[in-house]
Amino acid sequence: MASDSDSDGDFVTFGTPLEPLEEDEPLRKPVPLYEQTVKDEKGRYQRFHGAFTGGFSAGYFNTVGTKEGWTPATFVSSRQQKAGRQNARPEDFMDEEDLGDHGIAPRQITTTADFASGRKDVIRDKARAITSLSAPIPGDTVLEDLVAPARSSMGVELLRKMGWKDGQGVGPRVKRRLCKQRADSATRAFGSASPPNGSSESQDEEDGEFVPENVTFAPKDVTPIDFTPKVDLHGLGYRGLNPLAALRGGPGTGHINLFTMDSDRTNSLFGEDRKGQRRRGGVAGQGFGVGAMEDDDEDIYHRDIMSNYDTVLGGEEPGNGLYGWTAPQQYNRKKKDHSKDAAYLGKILEGFTLASDKLETKTIFPPPNLPRDFRPVHYFRPVVDLSSVSPMVAQALQTSRGHMAQEEPSKGGRHQLDSAQRRELLGEATLQGPSSVFDLLKVEDRERLSSLRRPSSDTSSGPRQPTPGEARAAVVAAGVAAAAARASAQKALSSRFAPHAEQQQQEALSVWSGPTAQAQTGQTFKPFERTPHKQARYDLYIDQLKQGDRDALELSLDPTMTEWERGRERDEFVRAALLYKPSSSSLSCRFTRGKQDDGVEADTVEVTRDQENDVDDKQAAVKMKMFGKLTRDTFEWHPDNLLCKRFNVPDPYPGSGFVGMPKVKRDKFSVFNFLTVSESPTASASPAPQGVKPSEPGKRSRWDVSGQAGDKERKEKDPVSEFLSVARIEASGSGPEASTTDGPTTDPTVEPDTEQKEEEEEEESRPSMDLFKAIFASSSDEKSSSSSEGESEEEEEKEEGVRSKAGTGPQISNQLNVNTTQPAPPVSTTPSQHPDILFKTPSGPAAAPPPRDQEMEEEEFGPRLPPPSSTLTAERRPSPTPSAKDDKHKKKCKEKHKAKKHGKHKKDKKQKKKHKRHKHKGKQKKTKKEESSDSSSEGSDGNGQEEGGGVSTEELLRRLKSIRGKNLQ
Amino acid sequence: MVRTQTNTHTVRYDCCSTWSCLCIYITRFRCFSSSHFLSTHLSPPPLSLSFSADGNYLLSCGSDKSLKLWSVSRGTLLKTYSGHGYEVLDADGSYDNSQLCSCSSDKTVILWDVATGQVTRKLRGHAGKVNCVQFNEEATVILSGSIDGTVRCWDTRSRKFDPIQILDEAQDGVSSLKVSEHELLTGSVDGRVRRYDLRMGQLHVDFINSPITCVCFSADGQCTLTSSLDSTVRLLDKSTGEMLGEYTGHKMKGYKLDCCLSSKDTHVLSCSEDGHVYCWDLVEGSLMLKLPVGKAVVQSLSFHPSETRLLTAMEGRVQVWGAEPEETEEEVVVVQQEKA
Repeated sequence: MASDSDSDGDFVTFGTPLEPLEEDEPLRKPVPLYEQTVKDEKGRYQRFHGAFTGGFSAGYFNTVGTKEGWTPATFVSSRQQKAGRQNARPEDFMDEEDLGDHGIAPRQITTTADFASGRKDVIRDKARAITSLSAPIPGDTVLEDLVAPARSSMGVELLRKMGWKDGQGVGPRVKRRLCKQRADSATRAFGSASPPNGSSESQDEEDGEFVPENVTFAPKDVTPIDFTPKVDLHGLGYRGLNPLAALRGGPGTGHINLFTMDSDRTNSLFGEDRKGQRRRGGVAGQGFGVGAMEDDDEDIYHRDIMSNYDTVLGGEEPGNGLYGWTAPQQYNRKKKDHSKDAAYLGKILEGFTLASDKLETKTIFPPPNLPRDFRPVHYFRPVVDLSSVSPMVAQALQTSRGHMAQEEPSKGGRHQLDSAQRRELLGEATLQGPSSVFDLLKVEDRERLSSLRRPSSDTSSGPRQPTPGEARAAVVAAGVAAAAARASAQKALSSRFAPHAEQQQQEALSVWSGPTAQAQTGQTFKPFERTPHKQARYDLYIDQLKQGDRDALELSLDPTMTEWERGRERDEFVRAALLYKPSSSSLSCRFTRGKQDDGVEADTVEVTRDQENDVDDKQAAVKMKMFGKLTRDTFEWHPDNLLCKRFNVPDPYPGSGFVGMPKVKRDKFSVFNFLTVSESPTASASPAPQGVKPSEPGKRSRWDVSGQAGDKERKEKDPVSEFLSVARIEASGSGPEASTTDGPTTDPTVEPDTEQKEEEEEEESRPSMDLFKAIFASSSDEKSSSSSEGESEEEEEKEEGVRSKAGTGPQISNQLNVNTTQPAPPVSTTPSQHPDILFKTPSGPAAAPPPRDQEMEEEEFGPRLPPPSSTLTAERRPSPTPSAKDDKHKKKCKEKHKAKKHGKHKKDKKQKKKHKRHKHKGKQKKTKKEESSDSSSEGSDGNGQEEGGGVSTEELLRRLKSIRGKNLQ
Repeated sequence: MVRTQTNTHTVRYDCCSTWSCLCIYITRFRCFSSSHFLSTHLSPPPLSLSFSADGNYLLSCGSDKSLKLWSVSRGTLLKTYSGHGYEVLDADGSYDNSQLCSCSSDKTVILWDVATGQVTRKLRGHAGKVNCVQFNEEATVILSGSIDGTVRCWDTRSRKFDPIQILDEAQDGVSSLKVSEHELLTGSVDGRVRRYDLRMGQLHVDFINSPITCVCFSADGQCTLTSSLDSTVRLLDKSTGEMLGEYTGHKMKGYKLDCCLSSKDTHVLSCSEDGHVYCWDLVEGSLMLKLPVGKAVVQSLSFHPSETRLLTAMEGRVQVWGAEPEETEEEVVVVQQEKA
């Protein structure tokens, strides 16, 4: 700060000098630190540094606030007034100081980085200079250089930082030899001319002599390509009159040498000056005289010599003026290039080189030859509803459509096709030799295989499978004889065409060739709609049946199929023909209208896996006010995961893929829904498929008839006996019918007995008793079926008459149940594995609790299983009303217990007890337990019996009565 | 005993704990102040009534396309919610009285904000009239049953407008719907009562063989009450489906009329087409009271969740019925307490 005033000129002063000290003035108090302020010229407090230059002495007492506190100047409440977003610029945070001359953002005209003079981009300049030689005005680029600022790019800057210097090449330092090669390649690559006389080469060699071995050099710089656009309209390589030559004169003569190349100039640009080249300044040439300043006394009056001109046509070396002076230089002086360039006869333009690699020619494939009859217009074949046309037409259509027709229905992909279809598609010939693996097997092996396959096979093997329907039919019709027949049928399994099959064929023939069939023109039902080929064959078969052809079946089958497939199809066709015979109402009554109409294309329907029990039963139960097990169905139901979450309930089926009731895909009109017809001669009624609900009105009539008939008696009878009797009537009703018609002529339209069907189905769905015993062995057996047994004795007498009428119906049915249940499906069977089982049994997957309805049925008709859910819930359940009504409730319970005792001991009072209330929650547990033990032990008994050969009617009765007793309580 | 109508109709309900007492009370039911409930639903009758969860408010919806919220104690109209395109068929309030949901013939379900009266959400998806609507316990899901045979579960939490799940098991229109903690009870015209147990993942179907008009859970959650068009009200055991009681005498042949249980599960009440409300003893099954409401069909009724009060709807009139106090002194005492 302090500076000598004497030597002002030598020092720079900064700040304000102290006032000169005067002697007489009293000493001033030193100004305290906080009062030492600096003010600017306007009297404002001067800050030493702005906020942006590292200090914080801003605003109010070195804060960014004000006296009122800190408020951003641009604050706008966004609530009332949604201010548009304001983009803050850096200037908003600067003050005058920052914007001043010495601030960080001075407000005055300065050269920005763009225009700041830096090092020129030498490379580009060079490139420009090279091209500028060819430019019409030689000094063109110089002007540009003057005007345009140069700024080296970031890459160059980086390179420089890394030690690169202008004029050097980029890359690791190299030894001499490499370096030379580099240079060669560089020149070649960019087509710049190499020195014509090899002067530089010689130079290099000279250099190499004195350069020590361990010295490396930077690689030679590459000449950049000039990217300046071609703005003139000349042809490629054309240069017009060479202005250089005109101005400077030729190297040797005063003659305007049209043929001299300016390679010398280029060489100079590459830093290789030609030594000894004489250069003249000034303007010289033919048209100009010799000035006073000219040194030389040349022959100014130039005489053109004739040797400058060609006197002979041809005979000259190529490149000597053939193309005028625009002809490119010859590069074939170098031996390396010679071979390459020799192949090229023409001249190479400057800036171009011959490609080192031959350009690969694109192979162009000719378009395919169109067949002669090809028409470039596509038209759509009309889709004909096969059902509306006659089978013959349909067949014709099918064949005419050919493969297209086959591709259309292949929704399931190629896996849906059988081998024959695939073969047809591929156009392969039929294989010789045994057509099936089965042919290679021994007979007994085959038999064993088929018996193995039976329990789990799909319904396609239905005929060979003793289905419940078959079994029942057999019972009803022929009793024990049927069993024998089936046994024999099983023995004759290897020969699939047992006599009865022939019979069936005959039957089908007789049915279809009848007058009604002839009258019915349009075929409405297509069982094999999914596979059009098969359907076509079936149509053909039906058609031939109609014509009364005896060999209809054999004719209609596909001869290319394997024996096994043909046999299968034969069975299916015959059965389908029997089932869908004309004017049979048996089918129509089995269908209910679909909930929603799918498209015609959809050939499968989603059907809930668990179906409701028979409505008729329930109606009867409701009529008798026997609510409870009879009227209740329990299904597996999958709530949505989110729904569970919303209800604060854990997902009962975590990870289950679907929602709602478990669904099963089923063919809409699959013949397998009906193919449970027996192979036994007594082909009576097939059980209604699970997928379709029996129509109510059709069946109601049966109930109604019997109901009206025995209306009065029923009122006196107690409900269960009534229930039973109805069942008996039913059984007996269908029994004689079946037996009279006897054998193949049996009408398939016979109404299936609903009761028995129920039994059958639930019997089948239940796994074998051994399994249950294995699981629930501990809880079973103490068995006191005293009450129910007592009842049964009583009831037996009552039922005696009915039973005699009904014949051996129930007994045999039971016996057959034993047979049908034999291969008890393992509990772990999943629906996907055994679709067949699913078809008939509504048994859920093992993980899920068994459906309740099944359970109930079992309680009624079979050994009772320990119900996992119901008993548990019953036990857990608190009394309905808490404290207030407790005593009352107890009283009620007591009453009921009394009532129960009555029920046990005074059996004659039984009838009246119907009217008692059945609020018996407390008691229920007990009864249930009793029943369960009771029935399970019975089950074991029954099992033994079953193995022996049948369940007695007494057994059945007792079971029924046990339900009744339950319901009465 | 003739009494003057009073607005302070508070009664000692706590003495209703024993059955006989309640009996007396019920036999002395009277319309205490139906006049000020002569609602602005005027000509179009209210179709459905319901108490709010705490019983302080009542909600009536009618064919004037609107929904009305009333104060039970004062009998004043609090708010009208309009936004439906057709008659409103059913409504329910959330547990905290902050939201309402209603359903209408216009196939929509609307979630309302109680305070502002604004439509919070309008849920479309049913293919037909929506007969019944219900919140779940926490008002996170709206369940609506429609004539198209489906029950749709709508999420009130998310912004999705698609139902969480569609229960399409019913083969005919769903006429009534009740929700308990983890169960959903639906009554359908196909004559079946379906109980969806979310916890067990099971669906229990009880066959009644007559179109169901109304289903209810009992307060203890052990029984279900169903009324059907065969003029019968049945009390079924929830777990087994057995019938515990059957109540007949009223007339229910064609209309979708309500039934309900009293707040303490002691009585069964049902609307009737002969203009009465029938009241049976739950256990005995005997008719305890035939409450004459008017000449026309009693459209709807609802029982107070905690007190002995009954709502009835008939011909554009909503009436609140309360038990008459036994002693005059008691009433005076109560009134004084209220004034104090």
